[in-house]
Amino acid sequence: MSTTVPTMGLPAAVDASLALRPTVWMRCLRFVRREPLGTFGLALVIVMAVTGSMAELIAPYNPTANDFSAMTEAPSWAHLLGTDQFGRDLLSRLIYGARTAMIVGLSSALVGGVIGLVLGVGSAYFGGLIDLVMQRIFDIVMAFPLIILALAVVSIFGTGVQNVIIAITIPLIPRCARVVRSSALAIREIPYVDAARACGFSHSRIILRHMVPNVMAPFLIMITASVGQAVLAEASLSYLGLGVQEPVPAWGLMLQGGAEEYASTAPWIAIFPGLAIMLSVLGVNLFGDAMRDTLDPKMRNR
Amino acid sequence: MNAASPASPLLEVRGLRMHFPVSEGLLGRKVGDVKAVDGIDFTVRRGETLGLVGESGCGKTTTGRCVLRLEKPTAGQIIFDGVDIASLGGKQLQALRQRIQVIFQDPYSSLNPRMTIGQIIAEPMFVHGIEPNATKRMERVHELLTICGLNAGFADRYPHEMSGGQRQRVGIARALAMNPEFIVCDEPVSALDVSIQAQVVNLLEDLREKFGLTYLFIAHDLSVVRHLCQRVAVMYLGHIVEMADSDTLFDNPQHPYTRALLAAVPVPDPDVEQGREFRPVKGEVPSPMNPPSGCVFHPRCPMAVDRCSKEAPQPREIAPGHMVACSEVKITG
Repeated sequence: MSTTVPTMGLPAAVDASLALRPTVWMRCLRFVRREPLGTFGLALVIVMAVTGSMAELIAPYNPTANDFSAMTEAPSWAHLLGTDQFGRDLLSRLIYGARTAMIVGLSSALVGGVIGLVLGVGSAYFGGLIDLVMQRIFDIVMAFPLIILALAVVSIFGTGVQNVIIAITIPLIPRCARVVRSSALAIREIPYVDAARACGFSHSRIILRHMVPNVMAPFLIMITASVGQAVLAEASLSYLGLGVQEPVPAWGLMLQGGAEEYASTAPWIAIFPGLAIMLSVLGVNLFGDAMRDTLDPKMRNR
Repeated sequence: MNAASPASPLLEVRGLRMHFPVSEGLLGRKVGDVKAVDGIDFTVRRGETLGLVGESGCGKTTTGRCVLRLEKPTAGQIIFDGVDIASLGGKQLQALRQRIQVIFQDPYSSLNPRMTIGQIIAEPMFVHGIEPNATKRMERVHELLTICGLNAGFADRYPHEMSGGQRQRVGIARALAMNPEFIVCDEPVSALDVSIQAQVVNLLEDLREKFGLTYLFIAHDLSVVRHLCQRVAVMYLGHIVEMADSDTLFDNPQHPYTRALLAAVPVPDPDVEQGREFRPVKGEVPSPMNPPSGCVFHPRCPMAVDRCSKEAPQPREIAPGHMVACSEVKITG
């Protein structure tokens, strides 16, 4: 007695216009509606990015020009946020400082994130000894707090914007690699990776085409979180005198020197750069949190 | 091997073993092995479908993964078309992968969610240079989709826009993209609805005839296996306990485990099922880390005698083409 399986013919071809994929605009609108705080964060980030990139057009004064006739002046119509002890316009310095913060924050987060992404996915994909050795190296790097490691790197390479970027990038790499690796470990066990291996694809193709696109959500979240950390680290390094050097305008630097000296008589010198650091980090973090919620597949379409 | 069949073996597995080391602690000290596959032999003839059945954890999927070379076997030979592929690497392995393909159990996770159906099916053809021309490659994708019973318009869709049965057809189309000779079907229908199962089983059957394919069909659904397979091998705890022609195995099972397995299938007639005496196998499947001595089935076997716990039974041919690994079974033919 052989088992009979009912023959059902092929299913009627479904019309290809059934599923409507949401457009980019629809997604943006949904983000604004669902994540008001995240949108506020995004707005702060955009303001920072626009002022930073168009500093020459916006800034009312040259940020490095001293004006000894207008030292430590309180905010007025001539100097909206006042002047520092050398008579430099604080608003202009803040605007140019946004550029420094953007350059350092974005480039170290991006470079550190991408290196971390490749190392993390590679470590998870190859596994075994490679994974073990890489994880132990990351452990060692992560044993140092971010700012301490950055200080050590700066004291080796010297100060300046480029070296500050390197100094902040290095401690960010293992942090991103670790998060990405844990997602990649899960993805490595999913059959489509096996299918890709069974098709005889190269390691680089499997990593770049099949694994990296599927760890994009945690990666983007990591990147935004890193931007905030990097901005803060840059400000701290500059404040400690080991980051960006005078006369380049940087927020951390503006908190140092005169700001401490004149804290009681001219508090605006310290207040405004402090606010700028706080708002930018807050903006980046709020946006990052909202993005995490949006990219989490469990939260999607709900 | 079997005089009754003139077809030559396409795949011959000899003494295949796959042990996974189990390590513990920070330094990864090895504490034992999971003996997922512990010395199995079988052949698959050109153009036939060999069923590999057994309960979860018996090593049937691991066997499939070894044949696909997704795992490197601990020991043994896997001779595919005259070449031992068990230790191949690099370029030769890449070339081999065009000839052996796979269909996975879960149609939801076997397709990359970030790629369209067209990209998924076209990628192997692109990588192996089977169809270098992009336009022709897309035509071939449409052709493959049509062969697998899907509308050619599906090429622009993403996997999450399709149903399970449709995705499984995409998985089949991807396997066919490289014109393979041999396909490992790893429980290709167990994740599907019963009505869809029948369609996919019939599709596999049609494709085998049309393209002269050879299947290793891994499953636990015995009725599907009987419908699709010419020969069936039964696995238990990393060993093949019985192997025979499909009809022989289902009508005249010899190994006590095979008998228990077949007896566990409910009869689709309530009256018969009610009156049927049902004796489930006693006990549980032992851990493959620490399998029983002698015959691995002896602690649960109703026929077990003293020597079963001492010597491991070698597979014997009790009738032409009927192999049984049990020392208590009499030779019949």
